[in-house]
Amino acid sequence: MKLTVWTYEGPPHVGAMRVATAMTGLHYVLHAPQGDTYADLLFTMIERRNHRPPVSYTTFQARDLGSDTAGLFKKAAQDAVDRFNPQAIIVGASCTAELIQDDPAGLAETMGLSIPVIALELPSYSRKENYGADETFYQIVRHLAQPCDRTGRITCNLLGPTALGFRNRDDVEELTGLLSDLGVDVNVTAPLGATPADIARLPAAHFNVLMYPETGEAAARWLEKTFDQPYTKNVPIGVAATRAFVAEVQALTGSTAPADESRLRLPWWSASVDSTYLTGKRVFLFGDGTHVCAMARMARDEMGFEVAGLGCYNREQARAVRACAKEMGVEALITDDYLEVEETIAALAPEMIMGTQMERHIGKRLGIPCAVISAPVHVQDYPARYSPVMGYEGANVLFDTLVHPLVMGLEEHLLTMFRDDFEFHDAAGPSHHGGHAPVA
Amino acid sequence: MNVPVPPPGGGCRTAPVLKQRGQREVFCGLTGIIWLHRKMQDAFFLVVGSRTCAHLLQSAAGVMIFAEPRFGTAILEEQDLAGMKDAHTELDREVARLLERRPDIRQLFLVGSCPSEVIKIDLARAAERLSQIHAPHVRVLNYSGSGIETTFTEGEDACLASMVPVLKDTVARELLLVGALPDVVEDQMLALLGQMGIDNIRLLPARRIDDTTAVGPNTVFALTQPFMGDTHAALIRRGARHIAAPMPFGDEGTTAWLRAIALEFGVPDATFDAVTAAPRARARRAIAQAAEHLRGKSIFFFPDSQLEIPLARFLTRECGMTAIEVGSPYIHDAIHGPDLDLLPAGPQISEGQDVDLQLDRVRAARPDLTVCGLGLANPLEAEGLTTKWAIELVFTPVHFYEQAGDLAGLFSRPIRRKAALRLEAAQ
Repeated sequence: MKLTVWTYEGPPHVGAMRVATAMTGLHYVLHAPQGDTYADLLFTMIERRNHRPPVSYTTFQARDLGSDTAGLFKKAAQDAVDRFNPQAIIVGASCTAELIQDDPAGLAETMGLSIPVIALELPSYSRKENYGADETFYQIVRHLAQPCDRTGRITCNLLGPTALGFRNRDDVEELTGLLSDLGVDVNVTAPLGATPADIARLPAAHFNVLMYPETGEAAARWLEKTFDQPYTKNVPIGVAATRAFVAEVQALTGSTAPADESRLRLPWWSASVDSTYLTGKRVFLFGDGTHVCAMARMARDEMGFEVAGLGCYNREQARAVRACAKEMGVEALITDDYLEVEETIAALAPEMIMGTQMERHIGKRLGIPCAVISAPVHVQDYPARYSPVMGYEGANVLFDTLVHPLVMGLEEHLLTMFRDDFEFHDAAGPSHHGGHAPVA
Repeated sequence: MNVPVPPPGGGCRTAPVLKQRGQREVFCGLTGIIWLHRKMQDAFFLVVGSRTCAHLLQSAAGVMIFAEPRFGTAILEEQDLAGMKDAHTELDREVARLLERRPDIRQLFLVGSCPSEVIKIDLARAAERLSQIHAPHVRVLNYSGSGIETTFTEGEDACLASMVPVLKDTVARELLLVGALPDVVEDQMLALLGQMGIDNIRLLPARRIDDTTAVGPNTVFALTQPFMGDTHAALIRRGARHIAAPMPFGDEGTTAWLRAIALEFGVPDATFDAVTAAPRARARRAIAQAAEHLRGKSIFFFPDSQLEIPLARFLTRECGMTAIEVGSPYIHDAIHGPDLDLLPAGPQISEGQDVDLQLDRVRAARPDLTVCGLGLANPLEAEGLTTKWAIELVFTPVHFYEQAGDLAGLFSRPIRRKAALRLEAAQ
């Protein structure tokens, strides 16, 4: 037992929901007690989706136990197929159903449904949300991908974007544009926006772009092994990483078409004199492994910050994060206990935190500015405006994101210079609030 | 004058109830912790459950999670599932650590969840054992907020029912008021009753453990919330008597509720009228303002909190709305009956849920306003229906006279917003 208030990740079946909700034409039949439907509101409220997640719950109650929960599951599965007419269904159990051992996989297989039934084994008491998403996507790909000829033009798949992913919507758009510059079309983006029929033709692509290792790596590895599709290792967050990604794609495709950097503004913005004050600002990074590693390099090399410390909550990325920390000359913090994160931040006393919504609150408590760079995030980080973090526009977005929490350079200079001035000292108050009215 | 007139066509108490079983789109009872821990200022709620339980509380509590809340989840891990004895040792250790860190805690609730109920961790025995270990400073109780046993507000019912057996005995003739209300509303309620000369009042739950809430054969109790089935039964087992009344929503509901208590305590009519006249007038004025946007509009309730029946009664009788369907997760005749008597005949009363079939009905009826949970609200808005998300009705002060206008306002706001937005023209 472990006492917890805040959890960075949900249970693994929420990861499966993120894959199911990302896709269309797929339905998830989840053996789960009444109440587990709470997870729907993550999608309808935080991500502001305009439809219910494609999930049917058995919502069994106490009176159902010991009688026929297996029957309930079969009825829910049949109802879902009849009502929603999906191309395929995934079936699995939540933490409680895992304990009653009804075996959704076996039950669904005996029903003789005319569509593919993909069974999920998600160990709720040892794994978490990201594993759930990665494993679910892998199982879907493994069951549905069909051998097919490579497309005539050079194409790739975008792997890993899901529902409730941090900026996944706009990262997909940004990379699609970037690849188009390089003469590469996107064959299928998955799971976000894909149907089971799309999954079947994943092997038609020449290679895969692994956007988010947390949610797409198992599928990428399997596709490499089974269909000889290489996948990209560079996650294009930051200017240098994007250029490395471009070079990697060029090497994979032999394409010589250049990427369009005409709207890339980060390098000049960062070089301009107003940014000088950013030099050596001490930052602490925490989040999922992929975003933390990519943004640590970007913070150091492209913003001129000093990385005071970094870490991640998902153990699956611990190795990469330790390597990155070593590169930065700091200690990696691998933990899912926010109290440990808070202690570390307090001890390091950075000038800015780059983290999740939890670090935002830690920052508020400690009086340290914070920029959000990774899930889990709240509703404000599913913005209406275009805000990728990948590619060249992503670099522009990140420059703004990382500068805004800090006091502006000139402002800081003036405040320091005139701090002791009788009109500008901290207690004087702003002039437009009548702070200088003569004392009566 | 003070007794609400039953509707001419008869009420809904004997109306046929549509009972369906299927997928239920509701919260489990664990969510009750979110408002109970604010009310009981020296209590800590320790859920024994899974990561799902912790994730649910985090999702439902929103930003409250960052305010050092007095609740948490002891997450079961693989090793805990292997042997039961282990689980008890683990629990003892976590509780000891918790109480050491938070010495201000006087009452600890071990809250059962679906996983702990299914593997049958005996939390009742654990509570007894822990009570002995940590006595007299801390009292440890247990109840279940699991989804397999409780729906949303029933978590509060289960919590309060767990406290009834340990309430002190009394033979005094006292009024016990049952249901957690926001402090400001509780104070208004006590002031109104006090002005009528009723001041031998106890509260369940009390704000602190040292408040002397007692019960006995001369206790009469009134419910301020309709979801108190088990607590109702537990109090009757202790010899207390229930004062049946409509729930104190709106002018009529509040007046009828106070009236039932006034009759029980022999308050003279003149006193009753003198005390209630001014706040009644204020409530009526405030309701009239919000009701402008509600009159003639139809409303459809998905089941959520058991507040649906009394709220439908208020909205139809005092705001001029027409109810199409009133869904409630559970209906208790002894508790919901007085409100059903007053609810004009016509709406489909439904208990339980098969959410896909209910969605078919709401789409066919196309009501002007749909009261539903957050998992359904945005999808229904996208289909062109106007929705009021139901959870707000549990968190917001909505009881008694002074809140009557705000209560109507909660329902009129989505309708006013729909009218205010001119998004089609801008496209």
